[in-house]
Amino acid sequence: MIQVNGLIKDYGARRALNSITFDAKQGEIVGFLGPNGAGKTTTMRILTGYMPPTDGTAIVAGYDVGDESLEVRKRVGYLPESVPLYTDMTAVEYLKFMADLRQIPNARDRAYEALEMVNLGDRANNYVGNFSKGMKQRVGLAQSLLHRPEVLILDEPTIGLDPTQVVEVRNVIREVGKDRTVLFSTHILSEAQQICDRVLIINKGTIIAEDTPENLQSRVLGAERVILKVRGDADGLDDAVKKVKGTRKVTMKGDESVEFEFSAGQDARPQVAKAVIQAGYELIEMRPIGASLEEIFLELTQDNSAGKKS
Amino acid sequence: MRNIWTIAKREYDHYFITPIAYIVAFVILLILGFLFTAVVRSATDNAVYGYGSAPDITIINWWFAFLLMFGTPALTMRLVADETKTGTIELMLTAPIRDHELVIGKWLGSFLFILTIIFASLIYPIALNRFVTPSLDWQLVLSSYLGVALVAASFLALGVGISALFSNQIAAFFLSLIVCLGLFFLVGIPANIMPPGGAADFFQYMVMDTHFSSAFNAGSIKLSDIVYFVSLIALGLFTGTVAVEARRWN
Repeated sequence: MIQVNGLIKDYGARRALNSITFDAKQGEIVGFLGPNGAGKTTTMRILTGYMPPTDGTAIVAGYDVGDESLEVRKRVGYLPESVPLYTDMTAVEYLKFMADLRQIPNARDRAYEALEMVNLGDRANNYVGNFSKGMKQRVGLAQSLLHRPEVLILDEPTIGLDPTQVVEVRNVIREVGKDRTVLFSTHILSEAQQICDRVLIINKGTIIAEDTPENLQSRVLGAERVILKVRGDADGLDDAVKKVKGTRKVTMKGDESVEFEFSAGQDARPQVAKAVIQAGYELIEMRPIGASLEEIFLELTQDNSAGKKS
Repeated sequence: MRNIWTIAKREYDHYFITPIAYIVAFVILLILGFLFTAVVRSATDNAVYGYGSAPDITIINWWFAFLLMFGTPALTMRLVADETKTGTIELMLTAPIRDHELVIGKWLGSFLFILTIIFASLIYPIALNRFVTPSLDWQLVLSSYLGVALVAASFLALGVGISALFSNQIAAFFLSLIVCLGLFFLVGIPANIMPPGGAADFFQYMVMDTHFSSAFNAGSIKLSDIVYFVSLIALGLFTGTVAVEARRWN
């Protein structure tokens, strides 16, 4: 559904996209992760036919975004990051207008249908200008779904929403993504983990990782990290843990807890627990630490700049 | 084609919820009303003393065209500039419509609004017709109104083109105003100080007032005058389309 090959985009002297290649198949939900300024919005704007690339090709729903932009736009639903809306229209008027532009027959019915899909059916006749941020975002989402597109491109669809609304939007994405291709960008790894089939990590205009969320986490960690806390004095705790076979990188933390690693597949936790108790300590907590998004980025960008294969 | 109409209809409806549109319509019709009264008054005064000619619509319509110079920039300033400012231009540029459909649609919407004002002003020739025997020269009335419509269409097209160049409505307004004033009067000034010849003729041709006052408003509908207005409309719409397209290339 989406095939991107060697996409390059320059804004004057600044290269925003440095030869990006990836694809997304039908029915796949692909997450686009990256820090601000990485090139997510630029990529999406090229895929939606908003702007042409400087070089490279992008084929969306079978049409080239450069030569057949109009055909691409007919088949793509897009929610821009800024969620632009015509605030002087009511929700249903706005959606009917957008439906008319897409030459959808029975535009008014389709507008109501889209509003129902995002749970705004009862606010159809209210002015969009009076909506809360979350509601505006849902109207934007409804707009992108009006023509039942084959490809959905959403730029940060959950940013700024409250937890209930985030869950609602994620549900819509999951539902819609069952038989359509969805590409959406986010900062939140856990969100990507919950919904995406695959995740692309982009930084400074280059894709530095492409994998399923689970693989990405274990690939970056390589090992499992655990933090250990005991009641009272933790003197000598790190030595006690070091003695256990299979532990690596044992460090004493500032708050008298000990952090250690063990390689995946050789779970040393039961032995560590036993050793700690036998050494006379009162074990009160032992929990794993996952890699945060920052750590994954750092790890991957360091790999990237050191030239190692990611 | 349908897209042009969809956009035109939205813009036309939108005028009715903006104060600017009502102000423009109100001021134009109010001033035309005063003029109408003055024309009838002076004609009847003259008639009492036995001289003077029958009043006609051309005086009123000349002022109509003059007022359009100020009214049309006010109507066009937000058409594209607002979309750029609020970001809705991103919606329009990712919708399956061509850039020229967007620009022509906006122009058509504003033109339909002006036609509504023109329609409201028809009350004047209709009323005038009752005072004049045997009747008004309807050919003159038709030609005069056609001239007003063409003046409006040209100013609106140039205004839309200029609105597409800016994201600031005020800048669009002032540039449009200067262009309208320039075209209506000022562009002929060089012709007065130049030796007679090709260049002077060109400047004289560019003056809109000659194509209006001496042509349409005088009852003559000539191809060269029609070409003048159509060229201006094309220039405005072309500028607008190119400006919108340029936004894609950032």
